[in-house]
Amino acid sequence: MMARALRNGVTFLRFNARRSTRLFSTHTRPEIENGIRIAEFPGAKAPYVTELNVLNEKTYDPIPIYRVLDKNGNVLISSEEPNIDKDTLLNMYKTMIQLYQMDKILYESQRQGRISFYMTNYGEEGIHVGSAAALSPEDLVFAQYRETGVLLYRGMTVTELVNQCYGNHEDSGKGRHMPVHYGSKQHNIVTISSPLATQMPQAVGAAYAYKRQPANERCVICYFGEGAASEGDAFAALNFAATLECPVILFCRNNGYAISTPSSEQYRGDGIASRGPALGLQTIRVDGTDALAVYNAVRRARELALQNKPVLIEAMAYRVGHHSTSDDSTAYRPAEEINKWTTEESPINKLRLYLERKGIWDAESDKAFAKEARNSVVRSMQEAERKQKPHWKEMFEDVYYDMPPSLQKQMKQMEEHLKKYNEKYPMNQFQPE
Amino acid sequence: MTSAIRKCTKFIVKNVNIMVNRSSSHFTYFPDEQQPIQGETVKMNMMQAINNAMDLTLKSDSSAVLFGEDVGFGGVFRCALGLQEKYGKDRVFNTPLCEQGIAGFGIGLATAGATAIAEIQFADYIFPAFDQLVNEAAKYRYRSGGLFECGGLTVRAPCGAVGHGGLYHSQSPEAFFAHAAGLKVVIPRGPIAAKGLLLSCIQDRDPCIFLEPKILYRSATEQVPVDSYTLPLGKAQLLREGDAATLVSWGTQVHVALEVADLARERLGAHCDVIDLCSILPWDQTTVCDSVKKTGRCLVSHEAPLTGGFGAEVAAAVQNECFLHLEAPVARACGWDTPFPHVFEPFYLPTRERLYDDLVKLLDY
Repeated sequence: MMARALRNGVTFLRFNARRSTRLFSTHTRPEIENGIRIAEFPGAKAPYVTELNVLNEKTYDPIPIYRVLDKNGNVLISSEEPNIDKDTLLNMYKTMIQLYQMDKILYESQRQGRISFYMTNYGEEGIHVGSAAALSPEDLVFAQYRETGVLLYRGMTVTELVNQCYGNHEDSGKGRHMPVHYGSKQHNIVTISSPLATQMPQAVGAAYAYKRQPANERCVICYFGEGAASEGDAFAALNFAATLECPVILFCRNNGYAISTPSSEQYRGDGIASRGPALGLQTIRVDGTDALAVYNAVRRARELALQNKPVLIEAMAYRVGHHSTSDDSTAYRPAEEINKWTTEESPINKLRLYLERKGIWDAESDKAFAKEARNSVVRSMQEAERKQKPHWKEMFEDVYYDMPPSLQKQMKQMEEHLKKYNEKYPMNQFQPE
Repeated sequence: MTSAIRKCTKFIVKNVNIMVNRSSSHFTYFPDEQQPIQGETVKMNMMQAINNAMDLTLKSDSSAVLFGEDVGFGGVFRCALGLQEKYGKDRVFNTPLCEQGIAGFGIGLATAGATAIAEIQFADYIFPAFDQLVNEAAKYRYRSGGLFECGGLTVRAPCGAVGHGGLYHSQSPEAFFAHAAGLKVVIPRGPIAAKGLLLSCIQDRDPCIFLEPKILYRSATEQVPVDSYTLPLGKAQLLREGDAATLVSWGTQVHVALEVADLARERLGAHCDVIDLCSILPWDQTTVCDSVKKTGRCLVSHEAPLTGGFGAEVAAAVQNECFLHLEAPVARACGWDTPFPHVFEPFYLPTRERLYDDLVKLLDY
């Protein structure tokens, strides 16, 4: 299956003589070789061969990376330029800037101890806006945690996101989750959780539920990092999606690192994409620093998913920022490596150059919007800081649909306790009854 | 169906029967005589009662789906028998062999608003799904502030001793899940209870783990109402009334407790309360503690190992709530703190003799 997928891909590697002599017969049509018929094992449809072949990751050409823009924001092949209207393009770019400004300020605010934790999205902004723009707002999103741009593009406000980071009483999650664990019912974004890859088989299940609905026009997209793809749940998801034919896009952000672990210590195959054809999934590998390429990939993936052909997308990127505010990435990688991805291969620069070439954006509007974006974050933070946290009784709600008697009893115990010892607790930071 | 599959099916069915026939000696089954609702009844074993509950659900709830390993042809214990033929392959289907996938997939279905009935082939194999059930299913509503929930999920799994199941076809994992706020854990003692409690689990707004004592699938038979009915979750049932001691148990072990209560009445003239806890989480402290306040003595019994078993939770609560009423320390008759053994099963289980001996000591204290 993989050989077939690759035959349709780039051909230039085929002409590499040294390599092609080493390639096994998987690159030719095996069924006509030696006139051998297909064996009758139920587990695979394959011919017999008389030559012993040991396969490994070099048996196949690497899956090529689809791109639309070069690093200067030029369209490489005009037929691949997506037909995106001006407002959508501007919205995509502005979302990137808004996200970048929010990341900068919230990262700093964590350093000052104003919020407990934060994770930036530097270098992956193109993945977020490219994919979000290609989806319908009705499509359900399962995220890992580094997809805040998708949420912003969907219409979650900076205020909502900042409230979640502060856990104040306006946080729809009621302050129970760590910062950056956002969710929005209104925008079809399932609340993020910390255990990695758990959302993947869940996304497949949700897609199955959609598939069973009459005249379904919704798909599910599930984002995950290349590190999370090593979890057992990732394999479960890919395999369930394929065998149960679910309208789901499994979207991998391969940014080269899982905290300090480089991808060379994460896997030895051809990244994550090569696992797709192996499991019977439609598969695309795309340049994640190119928002337009991501847009095209997700658009096509969505069409396939809605035919109940699940798709695996691997977007290649680079994690420019630290893993989180609890991590200093210079301890395990050189600064020069980071520089390349903040300058010549920056997703924000590429899209900005493209917009400038199209004449719908310029340096002046750039400066003005960056300022506006920064101000909206600062304003939201100042307001969020002034708001009290939810009433302590919210700690006991939503464990179950109805509070069981045992839990009612524990809440009562806490109430009695606070009557006596309230001066030992930060009562004034929390809403009164 | 290919002939290979048919042969395999026959083999499994045959062996399920052997499993049950060979081993039904460690307890005597006490059928339920009280009917939960009026109306027509049909004689069903527990497998048929569970099948009936799922049939009624699939009929009345178009979003409901049933899935797991080998569920398509009816399941290795035949609980899904005939349901794929009746409701189609998109509603009753096989999944790849992957428990974490089954649980995660079920959570996703429920999150999208569907009713998901997932089967884990043996409770012994639920541990790969532990993360999905404990970190995800249990915490879905809480962590999202109620924006999202997976209350439509019910995970069914055959549990408990079966005579010769050895380490991985005999376990009772309820205590592992009892520590996970947000889950409901339920275990029936026979066909009538199984149907009513399973329908409650499926309709409940919280994710439920429904553990089915597999030894009862064929050996337990009762007159079960054909109509739909539910039994309340979080509520225990008082099956025998007395004043000498309170016996608390669940699943197959309820029948051991009932037999011991009868023995005590015949031999000692001592009448005991016998309580089937039915729900492990949340559990019915009130019924248990009210009983112990009356009797002053309490014996908890379960197949699972003693240390960290749910009996410890019951004993601690009873001690806390009934301290001034207790005439003796709370006793626990449980599996030993070993893996569940193969040839030593008769010595491993908390048998009627062990319970009777514990009860005599409790009454003499």
